[in-house]
Amino acid sequence: MELLVASAIGILTAGGLYLVLRLRTFPVILGISLLTYAVNVFLFASGRLTVGSPPVLRDGVTNYADPLPQALVLTAIVISFGMTAVVVMVALGAYLGSDDDHVDDPHEPAQDGDAS
Amino acid sequence: MTHWIILLIILPAILAPFIVLAARYHMGIQRVFSIAGVSALIAIAASLAWQASDGTIILYRLGDWAAPFGIVLVGDRLSTIMVLLTSVLALFVLLYAIGSKWDERGRHFHALFQFQLMGIMGAFLTGDLFNLFVFFEVLLIASYGLMIHAGGDARLRAGVQYVLYNLLGSTLFLFALGAIYAETGTLNMADLADRIALFDGTETVGIRIAAVLLLLVFAIKAAIAPLHFWLPSSYSEAPAPVAALFAIMTKVGAYSIIRVYTLAFPPDVDVTAGLHSLWLLPAALLTMVIGAVGVLAAKKLDRLVAFSVVGSMGMVMVAIAQFTPVSIAAALYYMMHSTLAAATLFLISDLVRSSRPHLRLTTELPVSGAALTAAAFFVGAIAMAGLPPLSGFVGKLLILDASYTSPLVVWIWVIVLSASLVTVVGFARAGSTIFWKAESVEKPEDYAPDPRPSALSYVAVGGLVSLLIAHTVFAGPMHRLMSDTSAQLFAPEPYISTVLDTPGRLSKPKDASDTAEKKEE
Repeated sequence: MELLVASAIGILTAGGLYLVLRLRTFPVILGISLLTYAVNVFLFASGRLTVGSPPVLRDGVTNYADPLPQALVLTAIVISFGMTAVVVMVALGAYLGSDDDHVDDPHEPAQDGDAS
Repeated sequence: MTHWIILLIILPAILAPFIVLAARYHMGIQRVFSIAGVSALIAIAASLAWQASDGTIILYRLGDWAAPFGIVLVGDRLSTIMVLLTSVLALFVLLYAIGSKWDERGRHFHALFQFQLMGIMGAFLTGDLFNLFVFFEVLLIASYGLMIHAGGDARLRAGVQYVLYNLLGSTLFLFALGAIYAETGTLNMADLADRIALFDGTETVGIRIAAVLLLLVFAIKAAIAPLHFWLPSSYSEAPAPVAALFAIMTKVGAYSIIRVYTLAFPPDVDVTAGLHSLWLLPAALLTMVIGAVGVLAAKKLDRLVAFSVVGSMGMVMVAIAQFTPVSIAAALYYMMHSTLAAATLFLISDLVRSSRPHLRLTTELPVSGAALTAAAFFVGAIAMAGLPPLSGFVGKLLILDASYTSPLVVWIWVIVLSASLVTVVGFARAGSTIFWKAESVEKPEDYAPDPRPSALSYVAVGGLVSLLIAHTVFAGPMHRLMSDTSAQLFAPEPYISTVLDTPGRLSKPKDASDTAEKKEE
C-alpha cells in the first residue's frame, strides 16, 4: 500500500508540475488542482497509513488512525477549493479582457517598452 | 488570561462582514468603521507591545485547551512589535485610500482590507505552524481581492500571476507541514522546538527536507531570489494603497523565517546546519543585486519602487541569514524602516500617477502639486537608498557592523555598498527626470494643470514620512528595543515553557499550588 500511495503522490505531483509549466491559464489551473490533490494525499500519509482503524477513542480497539492529519486535510481541501474558484474567476477576467490566456508577461509589451 | 490579544484577529473579522452586509451602499459608513477599527487595533497593539516590552510572553489558549493540543496565540516582543507596525501602517494606507478615493473605484475595498489585516495579525500572533498556514491563506485571499481592486486588463493579468504563484507556494507549505508532522508528530512551534532538539544526527533526512521546504515557502513570501519573480509585476500593477499595505506582506515572510528558525530550528541544531550560511546568505546577496539592477533598469516609477522593495528585502535577509543576536536586531530595525519607506514610495508614485497615469520615466510637464510630491519623493528615496541622515543609513550601518563575524564579510560589504550606490543612481535618475527637468518642458498655450491630489493624501504620505524621521531620531531607543527582542528570540526557553507548561482545561492540576494558579487566572 505504501508503494501505491507514494507513487500516486509522485505521479500527481509530476503531472501537476508539468501542467503548471505549460504557462497557459487552463492547464496551469488543472496542474495546481493536481498538486493540491497530491498534497492532500501526502498529508493523509503523514499520519501513517492505516486501514479500517477508527480515529476516535472506542472500546475494544487497540489500533487508531491519527485524527489530526484528517482535520488538516479537511482544512486544506476547503482552502484549496476556494482558492481554485478565485483563480478561475481572475483568470477568466484576464482572458476576456486581453483575449490572451498566457500566464507570463507578453514578449513584446503593448506600448511602453517595459523590459524589466 | 486576558482576551485582548484575540481581539486583534476578531475585531477585523467582525468588521469585515459588517461592512459587506450592513454598510454595503454607504461609503461614508464603511470609511468610518474602517478607520475606527484600525484605530482600535493600534490602541490594542500598542498596549500589548507595552505589556510584552518587559519580556512577558502573552499566551492565549483558544477554548482554554492547553498546548500542544489546543490552538495558542503567543505575543512576545517580536510579535507585538510587528502587529503594532502593521496597524500603524494600515491607518496611513487607509487614510490615503480614502483621500485619493481609491476605495470608490471598486467594491468591497474596506471589507477586504479588514480581512487582510486579520490575516496579517494572525500570522504574527499564532504559535502553531498550521495556523500560520491558515492565516497566510486568509491574508492571501484578501490580497487577491485587493490586488485586482478597480480592475483593468494589466492588473488582472498581474493578478493571475500573483494568485498562481502564491497557490504554488501554499501547496509547498502544505508539503512542508506534512513532512514536519510525519517526522515529529506536532505542529506547535514550542513543542516542535523540544522535539527537534531530540534529533541526534541519525535519520534526519525527512526533517532536513521539511526544514528546506519551509524555508522555500517563506522565501517566496519574502521575495528572495530566485523566488522573487512574482513581486515586481504584482506590486507595480496593484492599486497604490494596496501595494503600500503589501509592504508588510514581504515582512510576514521575513518574520516567519526569524520565528521558525530561531525557535523550532535554532541555528545551533545540526538538522539545519549550513542551511543559512550556505544557501540563504548568497541568495539574499543575489536578491540585493537584482533589486539594485532592477531599480536602475526600470522604465516606470512603480516598477522602480517595486524593485527597490526586492533590494531592501535582500538587505533584510542578509542580516537575518547570519542568525546572530546582533544581526537579527539590525534586521528588525531595518525591517521596520523598509516597510515604512516602501509604503511611502508606493503612495508617492500614486501621487505622481494622478497627473501622469503611465508613470514612465520621461521628461514631461510638471505633475500637479509637484513641489510637495517632489519633496516627499526626495525624502522617501533617501530613506530607501540608505543615504544619511535617514533610518535607511542607520539600518545599513547596523547590518554592516553586524556582519564582521560572517565568513562572507567581504562579499557582504562589497555588495551592500555597490548595490546602495546603484540604487542611489536609479532613484536620482528617476527623481531628476520626473520632477527636476519637468520645468524645462515648454508649456503649450492651453496648459491647465491637473487638479492636485487631495490634502488627505498628503497627510497620509506626510504621516509615513514623519514616522520614518521618528524612526531615525529615536534610533537609539529603537535599537535597544530590537536588541532586547533579538535577545528574547535567542533565549527561547521562557517562550517554550510558557506555551507548554501553562495548564489548560485538559491538564490535571498536579498539586494545590497549580490549582490556585488556575483560579487566579
